[in-house]
Amino acid sequence: MLRDITLGQYYQTESVIHRLDPRVKLGGTLLYIISVFLFRNFLGYGVAAIFLATVIGLSRVPFRFIVKGMKAIVFLLLITVVFNLFLTPGTELVSVWKLTVTVEGLRTAVTMAVRLTMLIIGSSLMTLTTTPNNLTDGMESMMKPFKVFHVPVHEVAMIMSIALRFIPILLEETDKIMKAQIARGADFETGNIIKRARALVPILVPLFISAFRRANDLAMAMEARCYRGGEGRTKMKPLIYQRRDRLGYLCIFVYLVVSVAAGRL
Amino acid sequence: MPIILDHVNYIYGEDGPLAVKALDDICLQIPDGQFVGIIGHTGSGKSTLVQHMNGLLKATSGHIYFGGEDIYDKDFRMKKLRSKVGLVFQYPEHQLFEIDVFSDVCFGPKNLGMDQKEAELKAFDALRKVGLPAELYYQSPFELSGGQKRRAAIAGVLAMAPEVLILDEPTAGLDPKGRDEILHQIKELQIQTGMTILLVSHSMEDVAEYVDRIIVMNKGKVMYDDVPQKVFSHYRELEEVGLAAPQVTYILHALKDRGFQVDENATTTDEAVETILRSLGK
Repeated sequence: MLRDITLGQYYQTESVIHRLDPRVKLGGTLLYIISVFLFRNFLGYGVAAIFLATVIGLSRVPFRFIVKGMKAIVFLLLITVVFNLFLTPGTELVSVWKLTVTVEGLRTAVTMAVRLTMLIIGSSLMTLTTTPNNLTDGMESMMKPFKVFHVPVHEVAMIMSIALRFIPILLEETDKIMKAQIARGADFETGNIIKRARALVPILVPLFISAFRRANDLAMAMEARCYRGGEGRTKMKPLIYQRRDRLGYLCIFVYLVVSVAAGRL
Repeated sequence: MPIILDHVNYIYGEDGPLAVKALDDICLQIPDGQFVGIIGHTGSGKSTLVQHMNGLLKATSGHIYFGGEDIYDKDFRMKKLRSKVGLVFQYPEHQLFEIDVFSDVCFGPKNLGMDQKEAELKAFDALRKVGLPAELYYQSPFELSGGQKRRAAIAGVLAMAPEVLILDEPTAGLDPKGRDEILHQIKELQIQTGMTILLVSHSMEDVAEYVDRIIVMNKGKVMYDDVPQKVFSHYRELEEVGLAAPQVTYILHALKDRGFQVDENATTTDEAVETILRSLGK
């Protein structure tokens, strides 16, 4: 049940995309997201879709697996579409009772749905092909210039990597606690909203306790290994650009130019 | 009521990249009143197996019958099964959540639809059975010691008055004294109530003294299913899969090899002492 959430999860396999430098993937994802917001027509989305499909193909992550992770945000998508569909003023298309669908509303709704879907697929592709450790290494390295402004870059990166690392652990823990309470006759599926909210207490209390316990243990383990922040800390595997990374940057640049040119025709 | 598993298979992460066959064609029959030990190395599928027995995991293929009814039938009520088959998870103290021990133990019976009074009676009875001192009943469960928390959590399942009690590694993380106490209490419980008990463990030593039957799991399959003496006679094969027979088995076999007239099938320390003394003519 809870294991089905693939958002922020790593999919282990061998592929060109997996081997790319995390900075390329981070930068690429950022540029891709920006590009999706720049399009004014559907041609741009077409180019972006082709690019995305190529990357998915190269990454060897099954499309089924990506879609499974999308289930969690279907609700959000639905709300966006419904609101845009009915609340955009403009030329009337169909009118049922007090609800009016306008041409502009339809257009915005479809654009928003496509945009959101592409955003989420694109960014989940990054987390699916990059281990959390690599991801934070990349982030830390990319944010280094901000150190000038006294931004605690290393600390932020460490917090991120721990947070990401805890997602699967806490999901597993929730699964376990849920099962244990179901075995004690707990019922999470029936009853009205108040009853269901109350039914969550036997899960949330143990989950919070376990999260604090784990955080405590982790802090202790880090301290025992003399962790004291990023100052003077070296890396076992420093990030170094390879030829494929330069090629990756080139591909992204070409994509950006082509798609934006097509999208703003 | 007896539990029957008929060609049960279970695959974890069926369509992911790391699909693992956790249960491979399991056929088992657990009759009433038996004390069964389920032994296996980490990842052998023993926890997965017991979670099938009260319907928390659904088999990828195969059937499970409880008291003659197929639990995967559409009109079978899972809640009924869960009230009859109590499952105590590993580290059960991690599921405690109420403000005091007593209310936590009442959680199970109340979920089964009992009224306050009935649930309290059941909770009181269960707490007494696990041997928790009465002065702890109204303390916060988080203030108890590790062993006491574990007892409180076991009482939480026991209060539902199940016919079958499954305990998944009930002694994990306890000191030797706490371990012996808990196992003793479980045996006592079985003698008193005659309930079926399944004890999951990775230690032969733990179960040898108490159980009537041992099921050895290895890589999702049932490797041996027999009385302890018979299972331990395969101690060389057990070693190959990372398990070991109790220490007395090794000592008795070594003595026998050196020409002593001992019974190498003794499984408990007491039995071993007896047969060694007899062989020495005392």
